[in-house]
Amino acid sequence: MKYNERLIQSGLLITAFSTIAILILIGVFILKEGLPVILKVGIKDFICGVNWSPIEEQFGIFPMIMGSIWITAGALLFSLPLSLACAIYLAEFSTPKIGKILKPTIELLAGIPSVVYGFMGMVILFPLIRNYLGGPGPCILAASIILGIMILPTITSISIDSLQAVPYSYREGSLALGATRWQTVKMVVLPAARSGIIAGIILGVGRAVGETMAVIMIAGNAVIIPDSILDPVRTLTTNIALEMNFATGEHRQALFATGIVLFIVIMLLNIIANLIAKRKVITK
Amino acid sequence: MKIKPAFTEQIVKKILFISTAFTVLILLFIIFYILKNGLSVIDLEFLLTSPKELGRAGGIFPCIIGTILLPLIAIIIATPLGVGTAIYLTEYKREGRLTRIIRFGTECLAGVPSIIFGLFGFVLFVIYLGFGWSILSGGLTLAFMILPTIIRTSEEAIRAIPYSYREVSLSLGGTKWQTITRVVLPSALPGIVTGVILGIGRSVGETAAVIFTAGSSLRVPASLFDSCRTMAVHFYILAREGISMENAYGTAAILIIAILFINLVSYWLMHRFMAKFS
Amino acid sequence: MGDKIIVKNLDLFFDTLQALKSINLRIKTKEILSIIGPANSGKTTFLRTLNRLNELIPYAKLKGEVYLDGKDIYKEDISLPWLRRKVGMVFALPVPLPRTIFENIAYGPKLYGITSKAELTELVEKSLRAAFLWDEVKDRLNESALKLSGGQQQRLCIARTLALEPEVILLDEPCSGLDPISTAKIEEALHELKKEYTIVLVTNNTKQAARVADRVAFFLMGELVEYGQVEQIFTVPKDKRTEDYISGRFG
Repeated sequence: MKYNERLIQSGLLITAFSTIAILILIGVFILKEGLPVILKVGIKDFICGVNWSPIEEQFGIFPMIMGSIWITAGALLFSLPLSLACAIYLAEFSTPKIGKILKPTIELLAGIPSVVYGFMGMVILFPLIRNYLGGPGPCILAASIILGIMILPTITSISIDSLQAVPYSYREGSLALGATRWQTVKMVVLPAARSGIIAGIILGVGRAVGETMAVIMIAGNAVIIPDSILDPVRTLTTNIALEMNFATGEHRQALFATGIVLFIVIMLLNIIANLIAKRKVITK
Repeated sequence: MKIKPAFTEQIVKKILFISTAFTVLILLFIIFYILKNGLSVIDLEFLLTSPKELGRAGGIFPCIIGTILLPLIAIIIATPLGVGTAIYLTEYKREGRLTRIIRFGTECLAGVPSIIFGLFGFVLFVIYLGFGWSILSGGLTLAFMILPTIIRTSEEAIRAIPYSYREVSLSLGGTKWQTITRVVLPSALPGIVTGVILGIGRSVGETAAVIFTAGSSLRVPASLFDSCRTMAVHFYILAREGISMENAYGTAAILIIAILFINLVSYWLMHRFMAKFS
Repeated sequence: MGDKIIVKNLDLFFDTLQALKSINLRIKTKEILSIIGPANSGKTTFLRTLNRLNELIPYAKLKGEVYLDGKDIYKEDISLPWLRRKVGMVFALPVPLPRTIFENIAYGPKLYGITSKAELTELVEKSLRAAFLWDEVKDRLNESALKLSGGQQQRLCIARTLALEPEVILLDEPCSGLDPISTAKIEEALHELKKEYTIVLVTNNTKQAARVADRVAFFLMGELVEYGQVEQIFTVPKDKRTEDYISGRFG
């Protein structure tokens, strides 16, 4: 009996390490495939190079890095006010009943497949942009709006949780001093929930940087360094997805190398979000 | 002149309300737009025949099969791993460095973009292990992707089971494992199922991780080593290559209905489960 | 009669807090020993050392010895499931498992491998009768145990413990949440059970102790102040603190 129990515990310990094992496997395989080309080109030329031309063996991903930054910044600009407003409304102003219905409703946005988002961008945003702003349609603006909607549930949901985690006594204290609800939220609740909200925003950024299919469908995918929000761009993720099907040899390695950069960025964002979220616990 | 706080309060409340309403409207708009354009395409023939001319005509039968098989493989592999991890974290280990590391790993894995899973699945399963573009490669890749979802939901569900149940079972002479399998897991089952269903939902909608591991063959798969095309991938190809907008809408409508159904069921289950234990 | 349980120099710490201080106590075979004392005096903690349930609390540390039939139950080679079947426990609040009445009673026996339906049925009936619950539930054994009233649930929990065929039964304030009629039924059951089992009853209610116990032990702030025959404790206590508590001056 005792022996069995020990066996079970060891078995469970092994399963418990599965996520870490998978993470390591992912890291190892992507590094193995992608590192040779980075070393050959040189880290600096790979990251800062502006030429991406696999036929001429030119592998510089600077335009894609800029593309990812532009689109992510645009998505945040669009998403941040909206998602924070939703979170504050649902956590602080709506009746609990409405909050209970609307929170999962907004979270449902996260369940809609990214290809559907991309498609909505194509059929709804492209004509609007063509008619009112000019250009063919696919551009940073379209991708930012769609990505903004896609990361909205992440930021909203985590923010609601952080707001609700603020002890009720904080609010009572402020309200008892004659503050209005909004003053209380602004001066007491938001500062107290700050680290959780920031962690949520960082995770939202991670989602935006990592999104692929929706961006492929609406960002235009041209390898240029953009200077207007109506320019088409290619991101790190779409660079991989666009060329993976026909890439071979060094070209394919360069795509994995793009994956390495993406993986490192995402891991850093995760670590930062985790550290910030943890700080909240300690200061309490 | 100073603006009165009560006035500001009213304005702020309106702005917040309008923002929330706007967000919900976006969701409703997407759903209604897809359904309005897609429902008319769906009939039995669309569901039960194979695509012709790359999807320009005909139905989506093989894609429905693919969309069922891939998530099925994924949950068969991910559920034992995920529930096992959740049991270890909740029942066997005190909060400490080890649980923090495992939890951190889970969070990180949850944040890994699907294209990275696609790349990884491609090298490991398709090339290195020689499974080729296949249901097996796709299912394994998806299993890794949904593992964090299943771990988190199962952990939450197991934690919701009252401590007294465990005490009772142990005091009646149960071993730890008997207590887990006979009391804790049965009670936590609805919560665990919720996590599995959410995992299915993510798999059904996934494209990037699937297209590079399961491929996009339009034939009805005959074995686990055959390539297949899911509805999400089919929809992507139809829409992006402009093959048939009509069939794209039809496929998207089925996809949306499936996603809505999956989310409603999981929400309903979790809601009932949590109401029972808190 | 001999001693069923002997407790020697028992100390228990929760981290740095000492919950039990050098307890020495002998529990006789087939008696009802009642443990009384104000809240937080270590009664429940003491009870839980007798079937090693305190080990579920990771920061609990124990020193001293507890013998059951002359065997130290804190020795390495003691199997916990074996110990807990011998020393059954009924908790303060009734916790029926979310299963049928039958399944609740049969839970323990099934754990140690009884699978024959006939054997289980017999055991369930015997246990329910002994807990004075049989007549009320015999027609609905397959209904959820959660549908029973509070008093019935507590008798269910007693029956569930009896189904283990234990030798010692620990009861932790089993009547604290119950009305007087349910309490009377449980006390009636205890009187009968005494013929077969050694019973340790923790109670907040000194009158209950006086009604059902053979001997009484008085705990205060983790210390065993005194113990002895029920008449002696309630009429001529040796310690001033016992007298104060019994006469209602504190607690």
